[in-house]
Amino acid sequence: MSNTIIKVENLSKSYLIGHETQGYIALRDVVANRTKSFAKKLQHAFSGKQLMGTHEVEEFWALKNVSFEIKQGEAVGVIGRNGAGKSTLLKLLSRITEPTKGRIELNGRVASLLEVGTGFHPELTGRENIFLNGAILGMSRAEIKSKFDEIVDFSGVENFLDTPVKRYSSGMYVRLAFAVAAHLEPEILIIDEVLAVGDAEFQKKCLGKMEEVSKSEGKTILFVSHNLSAISNLCNKAILLDHGQMIFSGNVNNTLTQYSNIQKNTTGLKNKIEQNAQLTFKKVKIISEAIADSNIFNIGDDATIKITIEINKAIPVLMMNVNIISAANELMAHIINEDDTVTLKNLSEGNTYDVTIELKNLMFSPGVYSIDLWTGSTHSADSIYQSSKSVATFEIIQGGIIKRSLPYPSHASVFVKSKWLIDKA
Amino acid sequence: MQLIIEPGRTEKNYWKDLWRYRELFYILAWRDVKVRYKQTVIGVLWSVIRPLLAMLVFTIVFHKIAGLQSNTATPYAILVYTAMLPWQFFSTALTESSGSLIGNSNLISKVYFPRLIIPASAVMSSFVDFLISFVILFALMIYYHYMPPLQILLLPVFLIFVFLTSFSLGLYLTAVNVKYRDFRYIIPFIVQFGLFISPVGFSSSIISEKWRLAYDLNPMVGVIDGFRWCICGEPFTNHTLVSMTLSLIITFITLFFGIYYFRRTEKTFADII
Repeated sequence: MSNTIIKVENLSKSYLIGHETQGYIALRDVVANRTKSFAKKLQHAFSGKQLMGTHEVEEFWALKNVSFEIKQGEAVGVIGRNGAGKSTLLKLLSRITEPTKGRIELNGRVASLLEVGTGFHPELTGRENIFLNGAILGMSRAEIKSKFDEIVDFSGVENFLDTPVKRYSSGMYVRLAFAVAAHLEPEILIIDEVLAVGDAEFQKKCLGKMEEVSKSEGKTILFVSHNLSAISNLCNKAILLDHGQMIFSGNVNNTLTQYSNIQKNTTGLKNKIEQNAQLTFKKVKIISEAIADSNIFNIGDDATIKITIEINKAIPVLMMNVNIISAANELMAHIINEDDTVTLKNLSEGNTYDVTIELKNLMFSPGVYSIDLWTGSTHSADSIYQSSKSVATFEIIQGGIIKRSLPYPSHASVFVKSKWLIDKA
Repeated sequence: MQLIIEPGRTEKNYWKDLWRYRELFYILAWRDVKVRYKQTVIGVLWSVIRPLLAMLVFTIVFHKIAGLQSNTATPYAILVYTAMLPWQFFSTALTESSGSLIGNSNLISKVYFPRLIIPASAVMSSFVDFLISFVILFALMIYYHYMPPLQILLLPVFLIFVFLTSFSLGLYLTAVNVKYRDFRYIIPFIVQFGLFISPVGFSSSIISEKWRLAYDLNPMVGVIDGFRWCICGEPFTNHTLVSMTLSLIITFITLFFGIYYFRRTEKTFADII
C-alpha cells in the first residue's frame, strides 16, 4: 500500500501576461504589430525581454518548482490563498494544460472533477446527460449503464429523468452532476472546490461519499478546498501553496498551522482614534494549543487571547470586553473581565501591560470568526477608552470532541456536547 | 498504467487514448445531432429540406432559366442533387468543425481527452445529416424512374473520401481558429465562394482546358466528380482521373498537416481558448 502513485518533480507553469491584454489574438493585429514592432524588437534584442507584438509581456509563474510525492490511498488536501496556484496544479495533473518545466509521474487512471456538470447540455434530458457527462469524465457506456440506478438514486432526481436539464432547479442540476462524478472509479481522483455548490444537506452527502471513496476503497484523492473543516476531515496529508510555491507539506494539522501563519500576516491591528484614547492596543493574538501555534481550533478546544496594551493616561479602573463575531456578522459571544470577577485597576501612564484571557471550550460551529476589542471605564458607551474591530481572526474546524463523520451543519451556530444513554425502561 | 507528463513530450499513447475515448466521440456526435434540431417544429426534416431547396433553386436558375443541360441521360435535378449532397456536407462540416473547439471551450478547460475528438465528432454529426438527405436522392430516382449505374456500389468509398476531405480542412481551421478568431469570418466566405467554383450547378466537362488545372486544385472537384460518376454515370474521363487524384493528394496533405498542427497546438488550447 505504500507505493508512490503521484510523483511531481520541479513542476512549473508560466503564463505570459501582456501588459496590454486582449481577449484573443486577431490575425490582423499580428500582421499590424509585426510590422510596427520590427524596430522595437531590434531595440530590445539584447535586453532579454520577450516581445509579443508591441506588447511587452511578463512571465508570470503560476507554479514554481513544486515537488511532492503521494502514496496510494492517501487523501491529500491542497490549501492556499486565492491565486496560490492550486487550480493550476490540478490542471497540470489532470492533463488539461501542459507544464512549462518539470515532470509528473502518474501511476494510475486519473479522473478530475474541476467543475461539476462539465459538458452538461441544457437541451438534453437528465438521462441523456448522465451518459454524456459520464463519457466526458472517462467512463465507458457499459460502466455508466451498470451504475445508472445508483447514480439516479444518489442524485434524487428520478422523477425528472426525462426532462431537459434546462428546466431543472440549480440544486437538482448540481446534484445530478455530482452523482455522476461520484461514481467514477479511477485510482486517482482530483477534486477542485466542488463542494462550494449545493445546499448543506447535499454537501454532507458529497463529503460522505468522498470519505467512503478514500477510506474504504483505498483511492487516492487530491482535494482543493477553502473549507478547512472538509480538508481536515477528509485528508490525512496536505500541501500548502503560496504564490505558486510549495511552502509546506505534511500531515494536515501541521499544514493548517503553516496556513494560519501566512494568513495572520494579512490582518492588521487598527486602533480607532477615540477622543479620550487613554490606551492603545499594541498586539493581539489568539493561540490554539491543539493545532500548535495556529489560530485554528477544533470544536471544543480552549483558546488563549493575548493582548498587549499601552497606557497613555493613567487609568484607575479598566473594563475590557472581547466580542466574537461570526462570518455572518452575528455576535457569538460577549466576554468581559467582570464575569471572572477580575478588576483591572491602577494602570499607570506610560506602561505596557499584557492581558491574557483564557477561553474554555469554544463551541462555535465550524467557520471563521473575528474578534473585536473594547475598553472603557464603565459599562456605558460614552466612557470608551479605545476600541478596535477585527483585531484577530480564528477558524473553528470540525474535529476534537465532535465525533460524527458528516459535516456539522453550517447554519447551526453552536455545538452542544452531549452524552447519550439508553436503558430499558 | 503509468503516465508521464513533461513539457513538449509527445505522448506515445496518444493514439491509444484516442481509441479509448472512442465512446466519447460517438456520444459527442450523437449530442450534436440530437441537439441540432431541438425546439424546432419539423426537426430532422431540416437536414433534407436544405439540400432540397438548394437543388430546386439551382434547377430553376441554371436549368430552366439559363438553359444548362446535362450531357447524359440523367435528369438535371438528379445531377444537381448528386453534387449538392457532398457540397452541403462539406460546407456544414467545415462550418461546424471550425467552430467546434471554441464551442466546447468549457470542456477543454475542465477535462482532459484527446482534443481531436471534438472536430471529428462535429464532422461526424454533419455526416449523419448528409446520410439522411440521401432519402431525397432516392425519392428523385423513383420520381424520374432513374436507374443508377452499377458503380453506385462504390459510393461508400466516396463517402469516406468526402468525409476525409472535410475533416482534414476542418481540423486545420479549428486549430487555427482557437488562436486567431479571424477565421470564423473567413469560413462563411470560403463556403459561399466554394459553391461557385465547384461543379454543383454545372458539370466539370464545361471547364476549358486552359483553366482545368487551377480548377482541379479545389479538392471538392474530384469528390463531386466521383459522386457524379457513381450516381449519374457520367463518363470516367482522364479529367476525372486527374481531378480525383489531385483531390486525394490534397486531402492527404491537408490531413497530415492538419493533424500535425493540431497535435502541436493542442496542449495549449486550454491556455488560450
